[in-house]
Amino acid sequence: MAEFEPKIIALCCNWCTYAAADIAGTSRIHYPSNVRIVRVMCSGMVDPIYILKAFEMGADGVLIAGCHEADCHYLNGPPKCDAMFEKMKRVVNMLGLEDGRLRREMISTSEAPIFAQVIEGMVKQIKKLGHSPLQERVKV
Amino acid sequence: MNLEDIIKETKTYYCLECGKCTSLCPVSRHNSNFSPRLMLERALMDFEGELIHDRELFSCLTCYACSNLCPSDVDYPVFTQKVRNLAFGQGEHGDCAHSGTLLSLMRLMSRPCIKQRRLEWLDGCRTSEKSEVLYFVGCAPYFQPVFEDIEVSPVNIARNSIKILNALGIEPMVLPNERCCGHDLLWTGDVETFKKLAQFNAQMIKESGAKKIVFSCPEGYRTFKLDYPNYVDLGCEVLHISELLVEKIGQNGVKFKEIKKNVTYQDPCRLGRHLGIYESPREIIKAIPGIKLTEMEHSGDESICCGTSAWTNCGSYSKKIREERLFEAKATGAEVLVTACPKCQIHFKCAMVDKGAEKGPDIKMEVMDLVNLVADAMET
Repeated sequence: MAEFEPKIIALCCNWCTYAAADIAGTSRIHYPSNVRIVRVMCSGMVDPIYILKAFEMGADGVLIAGCHEADCHYLNGPPKCDAMFEKMKRVVNMLGLEDGRLRREMISTSEAPIFAQVIEGMVKQIKKLGHSPLQERVKV
Repeated sequence: MNLEDIIKETKTYYCLECGKCTSLCPVSRHNSNFSPRLMLERALMDFEGELIHDRELFSCLTCYACSNLCPSDVDYPVFTQKVRNLAFGQGEHGDCAHSGTLLSLMRLMSRPCIKQRRLEWLDGCRTSEKSEVLYFVGCAPYFQPVFEDIEVSPVNIARNSIKILNALGIEPMVLPNERCCGHDLLWTGDVETFKKLAQFNAQMIKESGAKKIVFSCPEGYRTFKLDYPNYVDLGCEVLHISELLVEKIGQNGVKFKEIKKNVTYQDPCRLGRHLGIYESPREIIKAIPGIKLTEMEHSGDESICCGTSAWTNCGSYSKKIREERLFEAKATGAEVLVTACPKCQIHFKCAMVDKGAEKGPDIKMEVMDLVNLVADAMET
């Protein structure tokens, strides 16, 4: 059987992490292709439904990445995101999701290698965990 | 089920077009685009497409105020429920409150492989592995992180319910992997997921060997009592905690200490008009010495809904309904508004902390769940 390839949704802020991912591409830094990047204007606009919908549609992991606190284009995005993240972390924990499947990172534009590292680490960790328990599949 | 079957089942063809439903409807009072009478007329004239794609289909609170006084006994809430199911099949969802987060959460609970960690709040409660009585917790643990910042603690209601059961000499079971009852999904049209949840719950309950299920949430109670029998076989008795308490109070089995408070009582629509339980919560409140219960202008089967149900269509009209209800509550001179539904509490608290409400008249007052009030009175 082919090796399990997790699906990861990365919600990346337009001004920092999305640019970092872009730079990672143009500077040919390798990172696993398991990640599907969704561009959002700010990490502070990430609504809880984005996280739950991703898991509902079969994601094995969700990453929310944006600017460092002082760099926010809209002044107060990151703290808003952190508050939402803490709430949702408790909710998905209750649903029985393992640690590491929902992750929050701050990656600025110049940190392309860090972006690659984060994705690599996340893919490695989720490969060990296997399929998300929230998927519509019956145990074999 | 097609529209014709729905019309037959809910006796819509008996509609006299008298308009009582629309004049009683708490939504129609504020939102002139919504009218139960017109909805029924459209169904009878066979304008199915228009009915299904109407935004206002999801405006109904399914509070039963209309059917309660309908001279022809048309079951409008069930009509809404079934038409919403047709609409859901065609991709209509209505405007979900909280962008649909809570409904998504309920859908996630229908996934077969989940192993929930939902019982971390149980400290101080005595539960047993094997018992005849099962306490159905409901969504409280999930609502806790979501609604903590408006000062509502649904988990506290669950904890106090178990403590009350303990004081009555019952050590209930709680299911570690209990699923959502599916109430909100059923009433927003997602019957497929509702069925899955019902099957999971019924199977777990059967395996647990429970004979009686006790609820503190009226929505879960309604769903188990009236909706589950249509889909699954539970094979056990379902009870609301207030019914159990009234029985024990009647047998002098409960001692309350004095609480000096003026209170008023909000009938949750699921407990009141859906199931006809008006008296037992009132008897419990009256049994606590020192408490003065004053009824609101609209109470009992005339009481007004808290403004939102099943996490859909919470907008300015809902806010207005809530504000009006809170005015009524304040007008009684009571300090505390007692309700028996965690969602009523959430909705009223939300109206109070709303920034827009600060400019308007004062609607702030203490909102308390019946269970919490009883638990306070039982503490020695």
